[in-house]
Amino acid sequence: MSERRYTKDHEWISLNGDVATIGITPYAAQQLGDVVFVDLPLLGKKVDAKGEAAVVESVKAASEVYAPMSGEVVAVNDALTGEPAKVNADPAGEGWFLKLKISNRGEWDGLMTDAQYQSYIKELG
Amino acid sequence: MAQDTTGPLRRTPLYDLHRELGAKMVPFAGYEMPVNYPLGILKEHLHTREKAGLFDVSHMGQAFLFGWNGVQKDLDHRHPYIASVIEHLVPGDILNLKPGQMRYTQLLNDAGGIMDDLMITRPEDEPGQGSLFLVVNAATKAEDFEHIERHIHDNAVLSRKPDRALLALQGPRAVDVLETVLPGVAAMAFMHMRWFSIGTQQLIVTRSGYTGEDGFEISVPEAIATDFARTLLRHPDTAAIGLGARDSLRLEAGLCLYGHDIDQQTTPIEAALTWSISKRRREAGGFPGAAKVQADLAAGPARQRVGLRFDGRLPAREGADIVSPQGAVIGKVTSGGFAPSLNAPVAMGYVDRAHAKDGTEIGVIVRGQTLTARVSAMPFVPKRFHKPS
Repeated sequence: MSERRYTKDHEWISLNGDVATIGITPYAAQQLGDVVFVDLPLLGKKVDAKGEAAVVESVKAASEVYAPMSGEVVAVNDALTGEPAKVNADPAGEGWFLKLKISNRGEWDGLMTDAQYQSYIKELG
Repeated sequence: MAQDTTGPLRRTPLYDLHRELGAKMVPFAGYEMPVNYPLGILKEHLHTREKAGLFDVSHMGQAFLFGWNGVQKDLDHRHPYIASVIEHLVPGDILNLKPGQMRYTQLLNDAGGIMDDLMITRPEDEPGQGSLFLVVNAATKAEDFEHIERHIHDNAVLSRKPDRALLALQGPRAVDVLETVLPGVAAMAFMHMRWFSIGTQQLIVTRSGYTGEDGFEISVPEAIATDFARTLLRHPDTAAIGLGARDSLRLEAGLCLYGHDIDQQTTPIEAALTWSISKRRREAGGFPGAAKVQADLAAGPARQRVGLRFDGRLPAREGADIVSPQGAVIGKVTSGGFAPSLNAPVAMGYVDRAHAKDGTEIGVIVRGQTLTARVSAMPFVPKRFHKPS
């Protein structure tokens, strides 16, 4: 699996060429509780780094998912429409949200590495 | 549902047990309360509908109102006396409560707005006549009790019971679970209370709840509250349930959450709580805001609390605008979310009366999208209260 980077808002991102896959971390999925709906963006939508890319709805509340990097939405995980529980079952795999064609590769370096993210969530308790 | 408070958060007698059970604790109405346990809101919700869920609602306000302090020595007049004292503050029929019967009603302000909703119980036993047991909401309990004290003057005495925990056991198996611990509860009728004792400790058990299921609320002295909860949790059909599932269960049951679906600006008639006001009290008035309530009854309220069901799976949350098919704003969602038992979103909110009829097609705006929805009868899931056979 290719390297992953992380945000303080608990999104993960992996890069394959200039296409990034984005999801939420197991920590985020656990905090949210049971996901009942994922509001995915339209293909072609342009998002800025830290801009809203999707909304994940648990029984209790709606939470925004932010794009870790800028780009254009080139794919969304339609499987989540019928089976939103995939986000809880496999957040780092089958529960991915969307793919972006990135527009600023430099943003990658500003994101947390796996080691940095692990120590970040340890501090959150 | 969480609310900001000043000062340190309070804990219920069951706090340590919640931590031990792995609860996620959140601030709610000034208390540190379990929002869910490791089972999670969805499964906790479904467990309650299938078996028995145990809820800690000790943050709610419990009090006795006594009216017989030397005022009424004649037993037959004790209840009418205390009923007349509280009927000056609530529109519910308290006078005609039989011994051991309880009723849902509201504290109203002078404009007929709801200061709080509450349960009022007439104790079943002879020495209890002339008193009433009140259970009010956590967030409003201090103001409620001050309001009651201001209005009863020397006619009655309000005795707060902060030393009692309150547990709710809800679900189709609740009766069997509780019967193993407190034999006799199975014979109780819905919306009735009985005293039970464990050793020298007195428990107040009512067959009531906030989930739409059969179940009980049990007022238990804090000294034995944790042991009592542990005993109930040892039964294989019982699971601890947090406030998250309590909210989704009551929403499916079409029950109001104070501060959201009802508040100081809504009257019981607008809130579709007309059923809770008897014919005698509608006609005679004699409670705060009676003129407004009677006017709403006569002419129909300008707006009405309704249930909403949606075409899609996207839930609409509190605050979302409700629009007519032409796009005009006609109301607002006051509670909304995903209904686990229906596997679909539901909501309740207020709409202009012209749009309040069941089946009326409306739209709800969520993040700029208009969701197609229609006004729907509540409860969203059938109530399964215990009926006498």
